[in-house]
Amino acid sequence: MAALASVAGAPDQTSESRRVGEAPLDLLVLPALIFFVAFALIPLVGVVALSFTSWDGISAITYAGTGSWTQVLNDPGTYHAIWLTFKIMIVSWLVQTPVSMLLGVFVAGHERYRAVLAVLYFLPLLLSSAAVAIAFKSLLDPNFGLSAGLHLPFLSQDWLGDPTLVFFVVIFVIAWQFVPFHTLLYQGGVRQIPASLYESAQIDGAGRVRQFFSITLPQLKYTIITSSTLILVGSLTYFDLIFVLTGGGPGNATRILALDMYLRGFKANQMGAASVIAVILVFVGLALALGIQRIGGRDRAASQLEGL
Amino acid sequence: MAAQAQTTSQAAPPTRRGRRSRRRNYLGGLLGWIWLAVIILPIYYAVITTFKNQGDYFTQNPLAPPMPPTMQAYGDVLRAGIGRYFLNSVIVTVGSVIPIVLFSFMAAYAIVRGNSRFLRLCRALFLLGLAIPLQATIIPIYLMITRLHMYDSLGALVLPSIAFGVPLTVLILSTFLRDVPKELFESMRLDGCTSWQIAWRLAFPLTRPAIVTVSIYNGLNVWNGFLFPLILTQSPDLRVMPLALWAFQGEYSVNIPAVLAAVVLSTLPILVLYVVGRRQLLSGLTAGFGK
Repeated sequence: MAALASVAGAPDQTSESRRVGEAPLDLLVLPALIFFVAFALIPLVGVVALSFTSWDGISAITYAGTGSWTQVLNDPGTYHAIWLTFKIMIVSWLVQTPVSMLLGVFVAGHERYRAVLAVLYFLPLLLSSAAVAIAFKSLLDPNFGLSAGLHLPFLSQDWLGDPTLVFFVVIFVIAWQFVPFHTLLYQGGVRQIPASLYESAQIDGAGRVRQFFSITLPQLKYTIITSSTLILVGSLTYFDLIFVLTGGGPGNATRILALDMYLRGFKANQMGAASVIAVILVFVGLALALGIQRIGGRDRAASQLEGL
Repeated sequence: MAAQAQTTSQAAPPTRRGRRSRRRNYLGGLLGWIWLAVIILPIYYAVITTFKNQGDYFTQNPLAPPMPPTMQAYGDVLRAGIGRYFLNSVIVTVGSVIPIVLFSFMAAYAIVRGNSRFLRLCRALFLLGLAIPLQATIIPIYLMITRLHMYDSLGALVLPSIAFGVPLTVLILSTFLRDVPKELFESMRLDGCTSWQIAWRLAFPLTRPAIVTVSIYNGLNVWNGFLFPLILTQSPDLRVMPLALWAFQGEYSVNIPAVLAAVVLSTLPILVLYVVGRRQLLSGLTAGFGK
């Protein structure tokens, strides 16, 4: 990320701080910086340090070398959690991207009813993951939920109790909550495409589908990169939703990395091992963010992130 | 799908409104309405269930409207002390959002107006902050909060919430501040104002739309935050809304209407905030992410 910042360019040249008899601008940044360093940056370094200890969360912290690392890396559960995290990440991307892109293109139109739809689409974003998870949990209850209401055989499933089904339920609930946000991004992206492009395409006789693939899709390149970055990196943070919806179960069927970290650290009192998982999480997050920027072309992507 | 493709060069009125809506986009419309159903069904289910009593919940069709509607679930939730949790959430949210916005504004102003190596480093750090997964830092944060003897207090939730709100807020605000014409700053400087005065009298009012956006955005995040309360507090008295929902669900698993009533109540303030600030939130977000 540091590399990104250097590409993003220096601010304007006026240097007010050089004025005589005035507090330098540098001081204004301090309150924000202090909080950020104390409660985000130092913990980031701290978690690496803690991964080399055998802390149980209560007693004194003792150095343990690479003990926790060997323990975690020899545990098949770790690889299951990593694999599951990537699986959720990739399937989420595959589901959310086309749906939110098509919806975004659709609601970018200016009729009133589309504007109303766009407002309604936004609703899930207002709900906390805990609220979403609780509503779905009760809706998917095999005895009293949807299956009891609609009397359709294929709906009468133990949605959250079946280790195979639960994966798709999680993917669906995640999409339910986050597709609206990405729809919003695409809507914004589509509105910035110059209308003249479509006018000339129409004169050339390009149909609607052709126009979508030849104009809309390429013009949305940077929106796609932004949205994909947020989906992929964001998928590391589905903790709350999955924690409340399934608690990682049934068995270990939805025990993603973040949940694995929580259970090892705060339930099994192995903070050292949990810190190892946390370090893995940080690496995956940073690698993803940097990787996507590289694929997407650095300069333009940097200015996108700047907007974030 | 490309609804906007339906531009007609001669007949369309010059407004944007008319530009993209010439011919019906049936496929898009179909997907749009299907998705609407997907969004609405769980919300509809949750809301109607709150107006049923426990007995009706077990016997009536879950998707049928309540017959007769009752407010009993809301009564149950209020008696269970949801007011307390609500207040906790308000304290934590207000206590986090005000410092986040104030400090981030100051930092963004300095970063946009200044040019020192230190400020450029700060900017790089805040950019890095965007990629730090919050969960990955929770163990050291837990350690720090216990060492500060703040474990199990509302203050424990505020401190890290501020830290994780700052990076994105600084970046959104600096994008807006960069659009303020330099001449305005120069003319105030010629009038003899200090940087501090310029920041508060010129830049702050000019960035008010962005301030509203980031306030709502951060308010939403802190109000809905789950992990910090889960890890950093313990007493039932100190539960904030999302955590209270989760705890309710464990305690009241036989009273689903009450659990869902709590869900609805937890969402109301955010809904009000959204209705009030919708335009600014949406335009701010699209400007922030789309540039």
